[in-house]
Amino acid sequence: MASNGSPLHSAVPSGPLADKWTKHKNESKLINPANKRKYSVIVVGSGLAGGSAAATLSELGYQVKCFCYQDSPRRAHSIAAQGGINAAKNYQNDGDSVYRLFYDTIKGGDFRAREANVYRLAEVSANIIDQCVAQGVPFAREYGGLLDNRSFGGAQVSRTFYAAGQTGQQLLIGCYQALSKEIARGGVKMYSRTEMLDLVLVDGHAKGIIVRDLVTGEISRHAADCVILATGGYGNVFYLSTNAMGCNVMAAFRAHKRGAYFANPCYTQIHPTCIPVSGDYQSKLTLMSESLRNDGRVWAPKKKEDAEAIRTGRKIAADIAEDDRDYFLERKYPSFGNLAPRDVSSRSAKEACDEGRGVAPTGLGVYLDFRDAIQRLGRNTIEARYGNLFQMYEKIAGTDPYTSPMMIYPAVHYTMGGLWVDYNLMSNIPGLHVLGEANFSDHGANRLGASALMQGLADGYFVIPATLPNYLAGQKPGTVKTDDPAFAEAEEAARARIHQLLSVNGKRTVDSFHRELGMLVWDKCGMARNEPGLKEALARIPAIREEFWSNVRVPGEGANLNAELEKAGRVADFIDFAELMCHDALNREESCGGHFREEYQFTEADDDVKSGYTNPGEAKRRDDAFCHVSAWESAGPGNTPILHIEPLAFEAVKLSVRSYK
Amino acid sequence: MNLTLKVWRQKNATDHGRIETYEARSIPAEASFLEMLDIVNERLIEGGGEPIHFDHDCREGICGMCSLTINGVPHSKERGITTCQVHMRKFRDGDTIWIEPFRARAFPVVRDLVVDRTAFDRIVAAGGFISVRTGSAQDANALPVPKDDADASFAAAACIGCGACVAACKNASAMLFVGAKAAHLNLLPQGKPEQDKRVLAMVRQMDAEGFGGCTNQYECEAVCPKEISADVIAKLNRDYTAAAVKEAVC
Amino acid sequence: MNPLGKAILQFCRSTIGRKLIVALTGVLLVLFLLGHVAGNLLVFQGREAMNDYAQFLHTMLHGQGVWIARIGLLIAVGLHIWATVSLVKDNRAARTERYALPATVQASKSSRIMIWSGLTILAFVVFHILHFTVRIDPALANLPDAAYAAAHPGESRHDVYAMVIKGFQNPLVSLFYIVAITLLCSHLSHGIASLFQTLGWRSRKSAALEKQLGWAIAIALWIGFLSIPAAVLTGALKDKPSVSGQKAAIPSDPAAPAPRQG
Repeated sequence: MASNGSPLHSAVPSGPLADKWTKHKNESKLINPANKRKYSVIVVGSGLAGGSAAATLSELGYQVKCFCYQDSPRRAHSIAAQGGINAAKNYQNDGDSVYRLFYDTIKGGDFRAREANVYRLAEVSANIIDQCVAQGVPFAREYGGLLDNRSFGGAQVSRTFYAAGQTGQQLLIGCYQALSKEIARGGVKMYSRTEMLDLVLVDGHAKGIIVRDLVTGEISRHAADCVILATGGYGNVFYLSTNAMGCNVMAAFRAHKRGAYFANPCYTQIHPTCIPVSGDYQSKLTLMSESLRNDGRVWAPKKKEDAEAIRTGRKIAADIAEDDRDYFLERKYPSFGNLAPRDVSSRSAKEACDEGRGVAPTGLGVYLDFRDAIQRLGRNTIEARYGNLFQMYEKIAGTDPYTSPMMIYPAVHYTMGGLWVDYNLMSNIPGLHVLGEANFSDHGANRLGASALMQGLADGYFVIPATLPNYLAGQKPGTVKTDDPAFAEAEEAARARIHQLLSVNGKRTVDSFHRELGMLVWDKCGMARNEPGLKEALARIPAIREEFWSNVRVPGEGANLNAELEKAGRVADFIDFAELMCHDALNREESCGGHFREEYQFTEADDDVKSGYTNPGEAKRRDDAFCHVSAWESAGPGNTPILHIEPLAFEAVKLSVRSYK
Repeated sequence: MNLTLKVWRQKNATDHGRIETYEARSIPAEASFLEMLDIVNERLIEGGGEPIHFDHDCREGICGMCSLTINGVPHSKERGITTCQVHMRKFRDGDTIWIEPFRARAFPVVRDLVVDRTAFDRIVAAGGFISVRTGSAQDANALPVPKDDADASFAAAACIGCGACVAACKNASAMLFVGAKAAHLNLLPQGKPEQDKRVLAMVRQMDAEGFGGCTNQYECEAVCPKEISADVIAKLNRDYTAAAVKEAVC
Repeated sequence: MNPLGKAILQFCRSTIGRKLIVALTGVLLVLFLLGHVAGNLLVFQGREAMNDYAQFLHTMLHGQGVWIARIGLLIAVGLHIWATVSLVKDNRAARTERYALPATVQASKSSRIMIWSGLTILAFVVFHILHFTVRIDPALANLPDAAYAAAHPGESRHDVYAMVIKGFQNPLVSLFYIVAITLLCSHLSHGIASLFQTLGWRSRKSAALEKQLGWAIAIALWIGFLSIPAAVLTGALKDKPSVSGQKAAIPSDPAAPAPRQG
């Protein structure tokens, strides 16, 4: 695929894969301790990536300002991760190694991630566990007092460290405590309930941000020697997702509008085990841990009539005879069965529902049944393994999973795409660094379970402290002040935008636009995409934008806590972002990981199907044309963005077709 | 279902608030409590009014942001859940529901049902951490931790910092929050070196923030969405006294 | 101020420090009450046992024992009241705006009226001391133990036994006593269980036991203390003339009451 922009330089060091990070650290610039305190750093976001970066950079001596929209840095959405964090510790002596973690991550990502970044991630993973344990993160332990591990999807070793079903929370609290220590010491100035409205570029370098105090509405300028964005993913573009209500793409998208390239926005992860949507009023989706698939069997009725009867309440699951049940994951993927990877499982559930065999009242839901497991292991065992999850399900869905099967449906969960960064985690804008889910670098087209926490902390604790001086050492500290005309221009633009949002005074609520947009992108750019659908979405989004700016109703004023105003600004960016995402999905004429283009799937005619290696209907990559990162440059709303390509060179691994049969 | 809502409305921190009444018509029983408020708000906006402000974020019971007192009980009378996990099927058609902010002098109202809980952040900053510089940690398995200690520490660490304990306490005391954080760290060998310094600093900050004292009524434990035991308060009393004695005589 | 004094002061100012003072003084006061009720129950043993006990209290450690106890108790009560009242003031201040619809999930009634039960008990204690110790009522002040005088010529002692019975024969006195002791029982049902929490000894496993212990002590004290007015009011306990006869008693000078031995 030809690009219309200039190629990108990833700054990956030369040399053997395993030595790259060490070599890079050895060759990186240093700033002496006395000079570090002269440099100021802005960190936007206080989750695992932002919080760990802010704390660590402050420990090193930089002056840090950290911003988050929540009322406390402890509430960032990293907190909601349940399962665990991977690390190549090989404490289980089961043959794990840095290379194996690297390989599993690259393969899980369907060979669309940058090799060197992923290897570095695997390399520092072990340090993360050491750091977190020293901070007092209460990981699960064995009776001998040593750390326990469990296995997770996409891996054949037990390398996942966990703290019951709250691993994300415990890691974030550890990180928040480290941050609090630095706040108390004066190294970090924390701004909570503060939202970034724009990025400020001075002479092409990121030198500050414009923010709004969400309580007083005050808009202010903050200058620094560099800016770090750790603002999470864009899953809420779909309106319904497992993300927190406040998660948004604003900071990343503002940076994109200022020139930062957005890479692979079409890579979104759909998690297979969420509680189905129950009505129009629904505000978010709840994830049920993937671990349930260890004992639960996923099925849908074979006959449409049975499904119809269940939907209308004339039948219940127990009325369906064994022979009339389709355990579709076990049928299609006999060796992985119910433990097939997330993207594969999600698509299978969608197929069953698309065939009219869905069992939830909306038609969008399949069963996750523990009947056989309860018979085999006894209710007590199941209760010990999943008691809290069953309870959670009952609270939300109102039915008892011990007696009637759970209903599940896939939901947007994580976004692999993000701002393009080089090996130093710096975007194409000098001085703008991007960490965690907000960047694109480590998960390719699909993320493996227990890898998001690992990446956030790797970026914040270990990568950015080492790579930031490569930029900063070339800068004279404190040269940019907030009286620079660039700040005035950005502040004026931010004020004008808020004024505009407040003065439309139309008839429709912000949420109604968000729902409309979400439904459209879920439909056309969700679990399965095709050319006509994407073109249709691209045709409809400008109309939504137009109506939004002429008919949205944002009550209240700017000089007060105003939740509708906050949402309006975020939804306005989601509308523009959705367009970018659809452009990318349309451009990527292949299927890989979370990006499934219906036109590109295996059929009976393919050799890999004939040989039995894979099934018809599986995602088909086109390595000849799309083994690259698509990084998009903004050309203004409504205009087709400009594509820049970073070819992906695989030196250490051989590209292969993923098979989970 | 149709409901009558009695909701605290307050324009900003300096405004005198008041309870206002809203009729919430045809609310689906499957909706969550916050979705019910979303529906009410959407109608308020469409009718030219201002929506009811309330804090919320993850809506799955883990971020600790949601903070409503429902019929006098923080996070409602259902045990072990946060406000965002309350579902309307637990109410009856025709019910009157009182919705108030978390009340405490240390949690000033920001707007309507939104309160400022940064006092908790300042307590943690006073000493709720283990000082370990990034990169200086030894191998994670170099220091075994007895499983019982690790489990007890985890149980205390489950705190989500929502502040329901303060809101429910007759004295607006933060002892369960502070006790949980102190127990989480003090129970681990990694947390021992700073234990005395930690409890002294956190308790002093807690008192300075204007929280009340504990009178052992355990309302906190009853409303805690993570069901943290008031044992952590007993431990805090013990650890604080020991630290104070050591400070006085050593 | 020296560092030690400063540390102590800081501890006493903290909420936890003041609670510890409440708990420790509470322990002392509960021990006192247990001793007090045990002594009082001697009234059922008869005049001699009761009055011997009273005399013992006044003569132990050459008469200094009772004053050591009184001063100790006074300090304990004083600290207990200072700490609780100052905590209550702080606790009230910690919630400036109250709930429009307040609710209670599991706090016991007793725990919620601690300050009121405590202040009522304080009022009662003041009355009780004036009544039985200072004996402002001349009818109770002038009660020599005739039998004792007869057996020990030249000596005299106050007839505590008669005083108690006479005192409780006044229905108003008994009523106040019953109310106060009932509130004491309520106060202790929460207070004793609370001691363990404040001293850091409560755990999920021991909590129920500690609560039961609190109730057990409170109820035992309630029965013990109230058995006396009950017995007096029902007539089970009467001030029958002693064997030696009251005639032999040496009249005491009302202006200079006999050694206080109550």
